[in-house]
Amino acid sequence: MSEPILALDGVVTDIGQYHILKGVSFEVPRGQVTMLLGRNGVGKTTTLRTIMGLWPARAGRILLDGEDIARAPVSNRAGQGVGFVPEDMGIFSDLTVEENMILAARSGPLDGARRDWLFAAFPPLRTFWRSEAGNLSGGQKQMLSIARAMAEERRLYLIDEPTKGLAPAIVSTMVGALRELKAQGASILMVEQNFSVARALGDRVVVMDDGVVVWTGTMAELAADTARQERLMGLSVEAH
Amino acid sequence: MLVNLISGDRPRSAILTVLLLGVLVCLAFAPFLFPGVRALDTAATICVFILLVASYDLLLGYTGIVSFAHTMFFGFGAYGVALASIHMERGWDALFVGTLAGALAAAVVAFVIGLFSLRVRAIFFAMITLAVASAVAVLVSQLFQLTGGEDGLTYQIPRELTPAFRLGEVFGVRINGRILNYYLVFFTCLALFLVLLRIVNSPFGSVLEAIRENDFRAEAIGYRVVAYRTAASCLSAAMAALAGSLYAIWLRYVGPDTTLSFEIMLDVLLMVVIGGMGTMYGAVLGAVIFVLAQNYLQNLMGAGAGLTADLPLIPQLLDPNRWLMWLGILFILSVYFFPTGIVGRLRSRK
Repeated sequence: MSEPILALDGVVTDIGQYHILKGVSFEVPRGQVTMLLGRNGVGKTTTLRTIMGLWPARAGRILLDGEDIARAPVSNRAGQGVGFVPEDMGIFSDLTVEENMILAARSGPLDGARRDWLFAAFPPLRTFWRSEAGNLSGGQKQMLSIARAMAEERRLYLIDEPTKGLAPAIVSTMVGALRELKAQGASILMVEQNFSVARALGDRVVVMDDGVVVWTGTMAELAADTARQERLMGLSVEAH
Repeated sequence: MLVNLISGDRPRSAILTVLLLGVLVCLAFAPFLFPGVRALDTAATICVFILLVASYDLLLGYTGIVSFAHTMFFGFGAYGVALASIHMERGWDALFVGTLAGALAAAVVAFVIGLFSLRVRAIFFAMITLAVASAVAVLVSQLFQLTGGEDGLTYQIPRELTPAFRLGEVFGVRINGRILNYYLVFFTCLALFLVLLRIVNSPFGSVLEAIRENDFRAEAIGYRVVAYRTAASCLSAAMAALAGSLYAIWLRYVGPDTTLSFEIMLDVLLMVVIGGMGTMYGAVLGAVIFVLAQNYLQNLMGAGAGLTADLPLIPQLLDPNRWLMWLGILFILSVYFFPTGIVGRLRSRK
Protein backbone atom coordinates (compact mmCIF):
# COMPACT_ATOMS: atom_id res chain seq x y z
CA MET A 1 0.00 0.00 0.00
CA SER A 2 1.34 3.47 -0.90
CA GLU A 3 2.18 6.07 1.72
CA PRO A 4 -0.96 7.90 2.94
CA ILE A 5 -1.49 11.47 1.72
CA LEU A 6 -2.22 12.57 5.29
CA ALA A 7 -1.41 11.10 8.67
CA LEU A 8 -2.34 12.48 12.08
CA ASP A 9 -0.24 11.28 14.98
CA GLY A 10 -1.37 12.08 18.53
CA VAL A 11 -2.83 15.48 17.65
CA VAL A 12 -3.99 17.49 20.66
CA THR A 13 -6.02 20.69 20.26
CA ASP A 14 -7.34 22.97 22.96
CA ILE A 15 -9.87 25.72 22.40
CA GLY A 16 -9.58 28.08 25.32
CA GLN A 17 -9.78 25.97 28.47
CA TYR A 18 -11.45 23.04 26.69
CA HIS A 19 -9.49 20.00 25.53
CA ILE A 20 -11.21 19.14 22.26
CA LEU A 21 -8.80 16.74 20.53
CA LYS A 22 -7.06 14.41 22.99
CA GLY A 23 -4.55 12.60 20.81
CA VAL A 24 -6.13 11.99 17.43
CA SER A 25 -4.32 9.54 15.15
CA PHE A 26 -5.47 8.24 11.76
CA GLU A 27 -4.44 8.09 8.13
CA VAL A 28 -6.07 9.29 4.91
CA PRO A 29 -5.11 6.98 2.01
CA ARG A 30 -4.14 8.53 -1.30
CA GLY A 31 -6.89 8.65 -3.95
CA GLN A 32 -9.68 7.58 -1.60
CA VAL A 33 -12.56 9.22 0.25
CA THR A 34 -12.24 8.96 4.01
CA MET A 35 -15.34 9.81 5.99
CA LEU A 36 -14.88 11.30 9.45
CA LEU A 37 -17.99 10.28 11.42
CA GLY A 38 -19.25 10.57 14.97
CA ARG A 39 -21.89 12.21 17.13
CA ASN A 40 -22.19 16.00 17.39
CA GLY A 41 -19.46 17.70 19.40
CA VAL A 42 -16.89 14.88 19.32
CA GLY A 43 -14.24 16.99 17.52
CA LYS A 44 -14.74 16.27 13.79
CA THR A 45 -14.83 19.90 12.66
CA THR A 46 -11.99 20.75 15.05
CA THR A 47 -9.95 17.97 13.44
CA LEU A 48 -10.41 19.49 9.97
CA ARG A 49 -9.68 23.00 11.24
CA THR A 50 -6.57 21.75 13.04
CA ILE A 51 -5.29 20.08 9.86
CA MET A 52 -5.88 23.37 8.05
CA GLY A 53 -4.17 25.31 10.85
CA LEU A 54 -7.19 27.38 11.82
CA TRP A 55 -6.84 25.93 15.32
CA PRO A 56 -3.25 25.34 16.43
CA ALA A 57 -2.30 21.80 17.45
CA ARG A 58 -0.80 21.86 20.95
CA ALA A 59 0.90 18.53 20.40
CA GLY A 60 1.25 15.78 17.80
CA ARG A 61 2.22 15.65 14.15
CA ILE A 62 0.25 16.31 10.99
CA LEU A 63 2.07 14.69 8.08
CA LEU A 64 1.16 15.79 4.56
CA ASP A 65 2.96 13.43 2.20
CA GLY A 66 5.36 12.69 5.03
CA GLU A 67 6.14 16.34 5.79
CA ASP A 68 5.09 17.66 9.20
CA ILE A 69 2.90 20.73 8.66
CA ALA A 70 1.62 21.03 12.24
CA ARG A 71 3.48 24.30 12.81
CA ALA A 72 3.18 25.70 9.27
CA PRO A 73 1.15 28.90 8.74
CA VAL A 74 -2.37 28.46 7.37
CA SER A 75 -1.54 30.06 4.03
CA ASN A 76 1.39 27.65 3.55
CA ARG A 77 -0.88 24.63 4.06
CA ALA A 78 -3.26 25.96 1.43
CA GLY A 79 -0.26 26.70 -0.78
CA GLN A 80 0.84 23.08 -0.42
CA GLY A 81 -2.40 21.93 -2.01
CA VAL A 82 -4.85 21.47 0.83
CA GLY A 83 -8.32 22.65 -0.23
CA PHE A 84 -10.77 23.38 2.59
CA VAL A 85 -14.55 23.62 2.38
CA PRO A 86 -15.72 24.87 5.79
CA GLU A 87 -19.07 24.08 7.37
CA ASP A 88 -20.18 27.73 7.08
CA MET A 89 -19.24 27.73 3.35
CA GLY A 90 -16.92 30.69 3.85
CA ILE A 91 -17.61 32.33 0.52
CA PHE A 92 -16.84 36.02 0.00
CA SER A 93 -20.28 37.49 -0.40
CA ASP A 94 -19.14 40.95 -1.61
CA LEU A 95 -17.25 39.39 -4.51
CA THR A 96 -18.82 37.92 -7.64
CA VAL A 97 -18.94 34.18 -8.25
CA GLU A 98 -16.21 34.66 -10.85
CA GLU A 99 -13.98 36.58 -8.43
CA ASN A 100 -14.50 33.90 -5.77
CA MET A 101 -13.36 31.27 -8.26
CA ILE A 102 -10.39 33.29 -9.51
CA LEU A 103 -9.23 33.82 -5.92
CA ALA A 104 -9.31 30.08 -5.33
CA ALA A 105 -7.15 29.28 -8.37
CA ARG A 106 -3.86 30.03 -6.65
CA SER A 107 -1.43 28.58 -9.18
CA GLY A 108 -2.54 30.75 -12.13
CA PRO A 109 -5.58 31.77 -14.16
CA LEU A 110 -8.67 29.58 -13.81
CA ASP A 111 -8.31 26.80 -16.37
CA GLY A 112 -11.05 26.95 -19.05
CA ALA A 113 -11.61 23.19 -19.22
CA ARG A 114 -11.86 22.95 -15.45
CA ARG A 115 -14.33 25.85 -15.37
CA ASP A 116 -16.52 24.09 -17.96
CA TRP A 117 -16.38 20.93 -15.90
CA LEU A 118 -17.48 22.88 -12.81
CA PHE A 119 -20.27 24.54 -14.79
CA ALA A 120 -21.49 21.08 -15.84
CA ALA A 121 -21.33 19.84 -12.24
CA PHE A 122 -22.91 22.99 -10.75
CA PRO A 123 -25.08 24.66 -13.47
CA PRO A 124 -26.18 27.63 -11.27
CA LEU A 125 -22.58 28.86 -11.20
CA ARG A 126 -22.72 29.56 -14.95
CA THR A 127 -26.03 31.44 -14.55
CA PHE A 128 -24.79 33.61 -11.68
CA TRP A 129 -21.15 33.88 -12.81
CA ARG A 130 -21.06 37.66 -12.63
CA SER A 131 -23.47 38.07 -9.70
CA GLU A 132 -22.38 38.88 -6.17
CA ALA A 133 -22.01 35.64 -4.24
CA GLY A 134 -23.99 37.12 -1.34
CA ASN A 135 -27.12 37.04 -3.52
CA LEU A 136 -26.99 33.25 -4.06
CA SER A 137 -29.31 30.84 -2.26
CA GLY A 138 -27.95 28.58 0.49
CA GLY A 139 -27.56 25.63 -1.87
CA GLN A 140 -25.87 27.73 -4.54
CA LYS A 141 -23.47 29.13 -1.94
CA GLN A 142 -22.56 25.58 -0.94
CA MET A 143 -22.01 24.69 -4.61
CA LEU A 144 -19.73 27.71 -4.95
CA SER A 145 -17.88 26.75 -1.79
CA ILE A 146 -17.15 23.25 -3.10
CA ALA A 147 -16.47 24.46 -6.64
CA ARG A 148 -13.95 26.89 -5.21
CA ALA A 149 -12.05 24.04 -3.56
CA MET A 150 -12.16 22.25 -6.94
CA ALA A 151 -10.97 25.31 -8.89
CA GLU A 152 -7.65 23.57 -9.33
CA GLU A 153 -6.30 20.15 -8.57
CA ARG A 154 -5.46 19.74 -4.88
CA ARG A 155 -3.40 17.15 -3.12
CA LEU A 156 -6.04 16.82 -0.44
CA TYR A 157 -9.60 18.07 0.02
CA LEU A 158 -11.00 18.73 3.49
CA ILE A 159 -14.79 19.01 3.26
CA ASP A 160 -16.97 19.76 6.27
CA GLU A 161 -20.62 18.71 6.05
CA PRO A 162 -21.24 19.63 2.40
CA THR A 163 -24.92 18.63 2.45
CA LYS A 164 -25.93 20.19 5.75
CA GLY A 165 -29.34 21.89 5.53
CA LEU A 166 -29.68 21.43 1.77
CA ALA A 167 -32.77 20.35 -0.18
CA PRO A 168 -32.68 16.73 -1.51
CA ALA A 169 -32.31 17.83 -5.15
CA ILE A 170 -29.26 19.92 -4.30
CA VAL A 171 -27.84 17.10 -2.17
CA SER A 172 -27.93 14.81 -5.20
CA THR A 173 -26.19 17.48 -7.34
CA MET A 174 -23.56 17.76 -4.65
CA VAL A 175 -23.08 13.98 -4.39
CA GLY A 176 -22.80 13.76 -8.19
CA ALA A 177 -20.06 16.39 -8.26
CA LEU A 178 -18.15 14.78 -5.40
CA ARG A 179 -18.42 11.39 -7.14
CA GLU A 180 -16.82 12.92 -10.22
CA LEU A 181 -14.06 14.37 -8.09
CA LYS A 182 -13.53 10.96 -6.52
CA ALA A 183 -13.45 9.34 -9.97
CA GLN A 184 -10.56 11.67 -10.86
CA GLY A 185 -8.55 10.04 -8.08
CA ALA A 186 -8.81 12.87 -5.54
CA SER A 187 -7.88 12.30 -1.90
CA ILE A 188 -10.71 13.53 0.32
CA LEU A 189 -11.31 13.72 4.04
CA MET A 190 -14.95 14.56 4.66
CA VAL A 191 -17.14 15.13 7.69
CA GLU A 192 -20.74 14.16 6.93
CA GLN A 193 -23.71 13.64 9.24
CA ASN A 194 -25.97 12.24 6.51
CA PHE A 195 -25.03 8.58 6.56
CA SER A 196 -26.57 7.76 3.19
CA VAL A 197 -24.35 10.42 1.61
CA ALA A 198 -21.36 9.12 3.57
CA ARG A 199 -22.08 5.58 2.42
CA ALA A 200 -22.48 6.68 -1.22
CA LEU A 201 -19.09 8.42 -1.30
CA GLY A 202 -16.87 6.90 1.38
CA ASP A 203 -14.18 4.26 0.91
CA ARG A 204 -12.85 4.34 4.43
CA VAL A 205 -14.26 5.49 7.75
CA VAL A 206 -12.77 7.08 10.83
CA VAL A 207 -15.17 7.28 13.79
CA MET A 208 -14.47 9.74 16.60
CA ASP A 209 -15.86 10.03 20.11
CA ASP A 210 -14.94 12.51 22.81
CA GLY A 211 -11.85 13.84 21.03
CA VAL A 212 -10.27 10.50 20.09
CA VAL A 213 -10.56 8.01 17.24
CA VAL A 214 -12.56 5.00 18.36
CA TRP A 215 -12.74 2.97 15.15
CA THR A 216 -11.27 2.90 11.66
CA GLY A 217 -12.16 0.57 8.83
CA THR A 218 -13.80 0.39 5.44
CA MET A 219 -17.21 1.80 4.65
CA ALA A 220 -18.32 -1.66 3.52
CA GLU A 221 -17.50 -3.08 6.97
CA LEU A 222 -19.41 -0.33 8.79
CA ALA A 223 -22.38 -0.41 6.42
CA ALA A 224 -22.75 -4.15 6.95
CA ASP A 225 -22.70 -3.97 10.74
CA THR A 226 -25.79 -2.27 12.17
CA ALA A 227 -24.82 -3.01 15.76
CA ARG A 228 -21.46 -1.29 15.25
CA GLN A 229 -23.14 1.77 13.73
CA GLU A 230 -25.46 2.08 16.73
CA ARG A 231 -22.65 1.53 19.19
CA LEU A 232 -20.27 3.98 17.55
CA MET A 233 -22.55 6.71 16.35
CA GLY A 234 -26.02 6.08 17.66
CA LEU A 235 -27.37 5.46 14.16
CA SER A 236 -27.99 2.69 11.72
CA VAL A 237 -27.95 2.51 7.98
CA GLU A 238 -31.55 1.32 8.00
CA ALA A 239 -32.59 4.52 9.74
CA HIS A 240 -31.42 6.54 6.72
CA MET B 1 -11.60 52.21 -24.52
CA LEU B 2 -13.24 54.26 -21.79
CA VAL B 3 -14.31 51.06 -20.04
CA ASN B 4 -10.71 49.83 -20.25
CA LEU B 5 -9.51 53.12 -18.83
CA ILE B 6 -11.71 52.66 -15.76
CA SER B 7 -10.64 48.99 -15.55
CA GLY B 8 -14.15 47.75 -16.33
CA ASP B 9 -15.45 49.27 -13.09
CA ARG B 10 -18.61 50.88 -14.45
CA PRO B 11 -20.53 53.27 -12.17
CA ARG B 12 -23.57 50.91 -12.40
CA SER B 13 -26.08 53.73 -11.99
CA ALA B 14 -27.25 56.24 -14.58
CA ILE B 15 -27.39 59.08 -12.03
CA LEU B 16 -23.93 58.25 -10.75
CA THR B 17 -22.57 58.20 -14.31
CA VAL B 18 -24.02 61.65 -14.98
CA LEU B 19 -22.65 63.01 -11.68
CA LEU B 20 -19.17 61.62 -12.32
CA LEU B 21 -19.08 62.92 -15.88
CA GLY B 22 -20.28 66.28 -14.58
CA VAL B 23 -17.46 66.40 -12.03
CA LEU B 24 -14.93 65.35 -14.66
CA VAL B 25 -16.04 68.03 -17.14
CA CYS B 26 -16.20 70.75 -14.45
CA LEU B 27 -12.71 69.92 -13.20
CA ALA B 28 -11.23 69.49 -16.68
CA PHE B 29 -12.48 72.91 -17.79
CA ALA B 30 -12.46 74.63 -14.40
CA PRO B 31 -10.19 77.55 -15.46
CA PHE B 32 -12.59 78.34 -18.31
CA LEU B 33 -15.92 77.57 -16.61
CA PHE B 34 -15.22 79.13 -13.21
CA PRO B 35 -12.87 82.08 -13.57
CA GLY B 36 -11.29 83.55 -10.47
CA VAL B 37 -8.57 82.62 -8.04
CA ARG B 38 -10.86 81.19 -5.40
CA ALA B 39 -12.72 78.90 -7.83
CA LEU B 40 -9.47 77.56 -9.25
CA ASP B 41 -8.12 77.02 -5.76
CA THR B 42 -11.30 75.09 -4.85
CA ALA B 43 -11.01 72.96 -8.02
CA ALA B 44 -7.35 72.11 -7.29
CA THR B 45 -8.20 71.24 -3.67
CA ILE B 46 -10.99 68.96 -4.91
CA CYS B 47 -8.55 67.17 -7.26
CA VAL B 48 -6.02 66.62 -4.46
CA PHE B 49 -8.66 65.45 -1.99
CA ILE B 50 -10.20 63.05 -4.50
CA LEU B 51 -6.81 61.35 -4.73
CA LEU B 52 -6.24 61.48 -0.97
CA VAL B 53 -9.70 60.10 -0.16
CA ALA B 54 -9.44 57.41 -2.86
CA SER B 55 -6.10 56.29 -1.42
CA TYR B 56 -7.75 56.08 2.02
CA ASP B 57 -10.63 54.11 0.50
CA LEU B 58 -8.10 51.53 -0.69
CA LEU B 59 -7.19 51.04 2.96
CA LEU B 60 -10.52 51.45 4.73
CA GLY B 61 -13.08 50.48 2.11
CA TYR B 62 -11.25 47.71 0.29
CA THR B 63 -9.00 46.24 2.98
CA GLY B 64 -11.00 47.04 6.11
CA ILE B 65 -8.08 48.74 7.88
CA VAL B 66 -8.81 51.79 10.01
CA SER B 67 -5.79 54.09 10.08
CA PHE B 68 -5.41 57.53 11.61
CA ALA B 69 -2.00 58.11 10.04
CA HIS B 70 -3.18 58.91 6.54
CA THR B 71 -2.67 62.65 6.82
CA MET B 72 0.80 61.96 8.20
CA PHE B 73 1.66 60.33 4.85
CA PHE B 74 -0.04 63.24 3.08
CA GLY B 75 2.30 65.48 5.07
CA PHE B 76 5.36 63.40 4.12
CA GLY B 77 4.70 64.16 0.45
CA ALA B 78 4.04 67.84 1.09
CA TYR B 79 7.11 68.35 3.30
CA GLY B 80 9.19 66.32 0.82
CA VAL B 81 8.46 68.85 -1.91
CA ALA B 82 8.90 71.80 0.46
CA LEU B 83 12.24 70.65 1.85
CA ALA B 84 13.60 69.68 -1.57
CA SER B 85 12.51 73.03 -3.01
CA ILE B 86 14.24 74.88 -0.18
CA HIS B 87 17.45 72.86 -0.11
CA MET B 88 17.88 72.30 -3.84
CA GLU B 89 17.89 74.85 -6.63
CA ARG B 90 14.52 76.10 -7.78
CA GLY B 91 13.42 73.79 -10.59
CA TRP B 92 11.70 70.62 -11.69
CA ASP B 93 14.45 68.47 -10.16
CA ALA B 94 13.49 69.63 -6.68
CA LEU B 95 9.83 68.79 -7.27
CA PHE B 96 10.72 65.37 -8.65
CA VAL B 97 13.17 64.52 -5.87
CA GLY B 98 10.85 65.84 -3.14
CA THR B 99 7.87 63.92 -4.50
CA LEU B 100 9.84 60.69 -4.84
CA ALA B 101 11.43 61.04 -1.40
CA GLY B 102 8.05 61.76 0.22
CA ALA B 103 6.38 58.76 -1.42
CA LEU B 104 9.30 56.49 -0.54
CA ALA B 105 9.40 57.68 3.07
CA ALA B 106 5.64 57.15 3.36
CA ALA B 107 5.86 53.62 1.93
CA VAL B 108 8.77 52.70 4.23
CA VAL B 109 7.08 54.04 7.37
CA ALA B 110 3.80 52.32 6.38
CA PHE B 111 5.78 49.10 5.88
CA VAL B 112 7.35 49.32 9.33
CA ILE B 113 4.04 50.18 11.05
CA GLY B 114 2.30 47.41 9.10
CA LEU B 115 4.87 44.79 9.88
CA PHE B 116 4.69 45.49 13.59
CA SER B 117 1.00 46.11 13.99
CA LEU B 118 -1.09 44.58 11.20
CA ARG B 119 -0.95 41.20 12.93
CA VAL B 120 -2.87 42.61 15.87
CA ARG B 121 -6.58 43.36 16.02
CA ALA B 122 -7.91 46.24 13.95
CA ILE B 123 -8.56 48.50 16.95
CA PHE B 124 -4.93 48.21 18.10
CA PHE B 125 -3.68 49.06 14.63
CA ALA B 126 -5.89 52.16 14.63
CA MET B 127 -4.49 53.19 18.03
CA ILE B 128 -0.90 52.64 16.92
CA THR B 129 -1.39 54.76 13.79
CA LEU B 130 -2.97 57.47 15.94
CA ALA B 131 0.02 57.44 18.28
CA VAL B 132 2.57 57.55 15.43
CA ALA B 133 0.69 60.34 13.62
CA SER B 134 0.48 62.40 16.82
CA ALA B 135 4.18 61.87 17.50
CA VAL B 136 5.10 63.00 13.98
CA ALA B 137 2.84 66.09 14.25
CA VAL B 138 4.56 67.06 17.51
CA LEU B 139 7.97 66.39 15.98
CA VAL B 140 7.23 68.59 12.96
CA SER B 141 6.05 71.32 15.28
CA GLN B 142 9.16 71.07 17.47
CA LEU B 143 11.79 70.79 14.71
CA PHE B 144 11.09 74.35 13.60
CA GLN B 145 14.59 74.89 12.19
CA LEU B 146 13.93 72.16 9.64
CA THR B 147 10.16 72.26 9.23
CA GLY B 148 9.29 75.84 10.09
CA GLY B 149 7.33 74.62 13.11
CA GLU B 150 3.75 75.87 13.38
CA ASP B 151 4.49 78.61 10.81
CA GLY B 152 5.29 76.08 8.13
CA LEU B 153 7.47 76.63 5.08
CA THR B 154 7.15 78.74 1.95
CA TYR B 155 9.31 78.02 -1.07
CA GLN B 156 9.66 78.62 -4.77
CA ILE B 157 8.48 76.27 -7.47
CA PRO B 158 9.50 76.36 -11.17
CA ARG B 159 8.56 79.67 -12.78
CA GLU B 160 6.44 77.84 -15.39
CA LEU B 161 3.97 76.98 -12.60
CA THR B 162 3.58 80.49 -11.19
CA PRO B 163 1.25 83.36 -12.23
CA ALA B 164 4.30 85.30 -13.47
CA PHE B 165 4.66 82.90 -16.40
CA ARG B 166 2.29 83.99 -19.19
CA LEU B 167 1.43 82.16 -22.37
CA GLY B 168 -1.43 84.07 -23.99
CA GLU B 169 -5.21 83.87 -24.12
CA VAL B 170 -7.58 80.98 -24.86
CA PHE B 171 -11.38 81.60 -25.00
CA GLY B 172 -10.84 84.91 -23.27
CA VAL B 173 -8.92 83.36 -20.37
CA ARG B 174 -5.31 84.37 -19.78
CA ILE B 175 -3.22 81.23 -19.67
CA ASN B 176 -0.50 81.58 -17.08
CA GLY B 177 1.65 79.32 -14.95
CA ARG B 178 -1.07 79.05 -12.32
CA ILE B 179 -3.34 77.38 -14.88
CA LEU B 180 -0.50 75.12 -15.99
CA ASN B 181 0.00 74.27 -12.32
CA TYR B 182 -3.71 73.44 -12.07
CA TYR B 183 -3.50 71.10 -15.06
CA LEU B 184 -0.42 69.43 -13.59
CA VAL B 185 -2.46 68.74 -10.43
CA PHE B 186 -5.58 67.73 -12.40
CA PHE B 187 -3.94 65.30 -14.82
CA THR B 188 -1.68 63.74 -12.19
CA CYS B 189 -4.63 63.20 -9.85
CA LEU B 190 -6.69 61.76 -12.71
CA ALA B 191 -3.90 59.38 -13.73
CA LEU B 192 -3.30 58.24 -10.14
CA PHE B 193 -7.03 57.79 -9.57
CA LEU B 194 -7.14 55.53 -12.64
CA VAL B 195 -4.16 53.61 -11.25
CA LEU B 196 -6.07 53.11 -7.99
CA LEU B 197 -9.11 51.91 -9.98
CA ARG B 198 -6.82 49.44 -11.78
CA ILE B 199 -5.44 48.21 -8.46
CA VAL B 200 -8.82 47.59 -6.83
CA ASN B 201 -10.13 45.83 -9.94
CA SER B 202 -7.10 43.55 -10.24
CA PRO B 203 -6.81 40.11 -8.59
CA PHE B 204 -4.83 41.91 -5.86
CA GLY B 205 -7.91 44.07 -5.20
CA SER B 206 -10.12 40.98 -4.99
CA VAL B 207 -7.78 39.51 -2.38
CA LEU B 208 -8.01 42.74 -0.37
CA GLU B 209 -11.81 42.57 -0.49
CA ALA B 210 -11.68 38.93 0.55
CA ILE B 211 -9.45 39.85 3.50
CA ARG B 212 -11.83 42.66 4.49
CA GLU B 213 -14.73 40.22 4.52
CA ASN B 214 -13.05 37.29 6.25
CA ASP B 215 -9.32 37.30 6.88
CA PHE B 216 -9.24 33.73 8.25
CA ARG B 217 -10.95 32.44 5.12
CA ALA B 218 -8.56 34.35 2.88
CA GLU B 219 -5.65 32.83 4.80
CA ALA B 220 -7.24 29.37 4.46
CA ILE B 221 -7.26 29.60 0.68
CA GLY B 222 -3.58 30.47 0.70
CA TYR B 223 -3.19 34.25 0.95
CA ARG B 224 -0.75 35.68 3.49
CA VAL B 225 -3.04 38.25 5.04
CA VAL B 226 -0.31 40.28 6.76
CA ALA B 227 1.66 40.57 3.51
CA TYR B 228 -1.38 41.75 1.57
CA ARG B 229 -2.46 44.18 4.29
CA THR B 230 1.05 45.60 4.48
CA ALA B 231 1.21 45.97 0.69
CA ALA B 232 -2.14 47.78 0.66
CA SER B 233 -0.97 50.00 3.50
CA CYS B 234 2.26 50.92 1.64
CA LEU B 235 0.43 51.62 -1.63
CA SER B 236 -2.15 53.72 0.11
CA ALA B 237 0.52 55.68 2.00
CA ALA B 238 2.54 56.32 -1.17
CA MET B 239 -0.58 57.57 -2.96
CA ALA B 240 -1.41 59.86 -0.04
CA ALA B 241 2.14 61.22 -0.16
CA LEU B 242 1.80 61.90 -3.89
CA ALA B 243 -1.43 63.78 -3.16
CA GLY B 244 0.48 65.75 -0.51
CA SER B 245 3.23 66.61 -2.99
CA LEU B 246 0.68 67.92 -5.48
CA TYR B 247 -0.96 69.98 -2.77
CA ALA B 248 2.42 71.46 -1.82
CA ILE B 249 3.16 72.28 -5.46
CA TRP B 250 -0.22 73.98 -5.73
CA LEU B 251 -0.10 75.94 -2.45
CA ARG B 252 3.65 76.78 -2.45
CA TYR B 253 3.31 76.50 1.32
CA VAL B 254 3.21 73.65 3.83
CA GLY B 255 2.33 73.77 7.48
CA PRO B 256 0.93 71.39 10.09
CA ASP B 257 -2.57 72.81 9.63
CA THR B 258 -2.70 72.27 5.88
CA THR B 259 -1.26 68.76 5.76
CA LEU B 260 -0.81 67.02 9.12
CA SER B 261 -3.72 68.04 11.31
CA PHE B 262 -6.11 65.53 12.83
CA GLU B 263 -8.92 67.72 11.53
CA ILE B 264 -7.96 66.81 7.95
CA MET B 265 -7.90 63.15 8.95
CA LEU B 266 -11.47 63.41 10.20
CA ASP B 267 -12.47 65.25 7.01
CA VAL B 268 -11.00 62.43 4.91
CA LEU B 269 -12.83 59.84 7.01
CA LEU B 270 -16.10 61.71 6.53
CA MET B 271 -15.55 62.07 2.79
CA VAL B 272 -15.04 58.31 2.42
CA VAL B 273 -18.12 57.51 4.51
CA ILE B 274 -20.35 60.08 2.80
CA GLY B 275 -19.24 59.08 -0.70
CA GLY B 276 -19.43 55.36 -0.05
CA MET B 277 -16.71 53.05 1.23
CA GLY B 278 -15.15 50.47 -1.06
CA THR B 279 -16.35 52.12 -4.26
CA MET B 280 -13.56 54.55 -5.30
CA TYR B 281 -16.18 56.70 -7.02
CA GLY B 282 -17.40 57.58 -3.53
CA ALA B 283 -14.12 59.43 -3.05
CA VAL B 284 -15.01 61.69 -5.98
CA LEU B 285 -18.46 62.61 -4.71
CA GLY B 286 -17.40 62.80 -1.07
CA ALA B 287 -14.49 65.13 -1.82
CA VAL B 288 -16.54 67.35 -4.16
CA ILE B 289 -19.41 67.77 -1.69
CA PHE B 290 -17.16 68.30 1.32
CA VAL B 291 -14.75 70.78 -0.25
CA LEU B 292 -17.58 72.74 -1.85
CA ALA B 293 -19.40 72.86 1.49
CA GLN B 294 -16.23 73.99 3.25
CA ASN B 295 -15.67 76.77 0.71
CA TYR B 296 -19.14 77.96 -0.20
CA LEU B 297 -21.60 77.00 2.54
CA GLN B 298 -20.89 80.25 4.39
CA ASN B 299 -21.64 82.31 1.25
CA LEU B 300 -24.81 80.35 0.62
CA MET B 301 -25.97 80.86 4.19
CA GLY B 302 -25.14 84.56 4.04
CA ALA B 303 -27.32 84.89 0.93
CA GLY B 304 -30.09 82.88 2.61
CA ALA B 305 -29.93 85.08 5.73
CA GLY B 306 -30.17 88.18 3.54
CA LEU B 307 -33.22 86.86 1.69
CA THR B 308 -35.02 85.91 4.90
CA ALA B 309 -34.01 89.02 6.89
CA ASP B 310 -37.64 89.96 7.61
CA LEU B 311 -38.58 86.55 9.01
CA PRO B 312 -38.15 85.58 12.66
CA LEU B 313 -35.46 83.05 13.76
CA ILE B 314 -34.47 81.91 10.25
CA PRO B 315 -31.89 84.66 9.61
CA GLN B 316 -30.26 83.81 12.95
CA LEU B 317 -30.16 80.13 12.02
CA LEU B 318 -28.67 80.98 8.63
CA ASP B 319 -26.02 83.25 10.11
CA PRO B 320 -22.79 82.43 8.20
CA ASN B 321 -20.98 81.98 11.53
CA ARG B 322 -23.15 78.91 12.16
CA TRP B 323 -21.86 77.13 9.07
CA LEU B 324 -20.11 74.38 11.03
CA MET B 325 -23.37 73.50 12.77
CA TRP B 326 -25.12 73.10 9.40
CA LEU B 327 -22.20 71.15 8.03
CA GLY B 328 -22.52 68.79 11.01
CA ILE B 329 -26.28 68.45 10.52
CA LEU B 330 -25.74 67.73 6.81
CA PHE B 331 -23.31 64.94 7.65
CA ILE B 332 -25.53 63.38 10.28
CA LEU B 333 -28.43 63.38 7.81
CA SER B 334 -26.33 61.97 4.99
CA VAL B 335 -24.96 59.16 7.15
CA TYR B 336 -28.49 58.45 8.44
CA PHE B 337 -30.12 58.38 5.01
CA PHE B 338 -27.17 56.95 3.05
CA PRO B 339 -25.56 54.38 5.37
CA THR B 340 -23.77 52.84 2.38
CA GLY B 341 -22.75 56.27 1.14
CA ILE B 342 -24.06 58.17 -1.84
CA VAL B 343 -22.59 55.72 -4.34
CA GLY B 344 -23.97 52.70 -2.46
CA ARG B 345 -27.39 54.32 -2.35
CA LEU B 346 -27.37 55.22 -6.05
CA ARG B 347 -26.25 51.73 -7.02
CA SER B 348 -28.98 50.08 -4.97
CA ARG B 349 -31.74 52.09 -6.68
CA LYS B 350 -33.85 49.88 -8.94
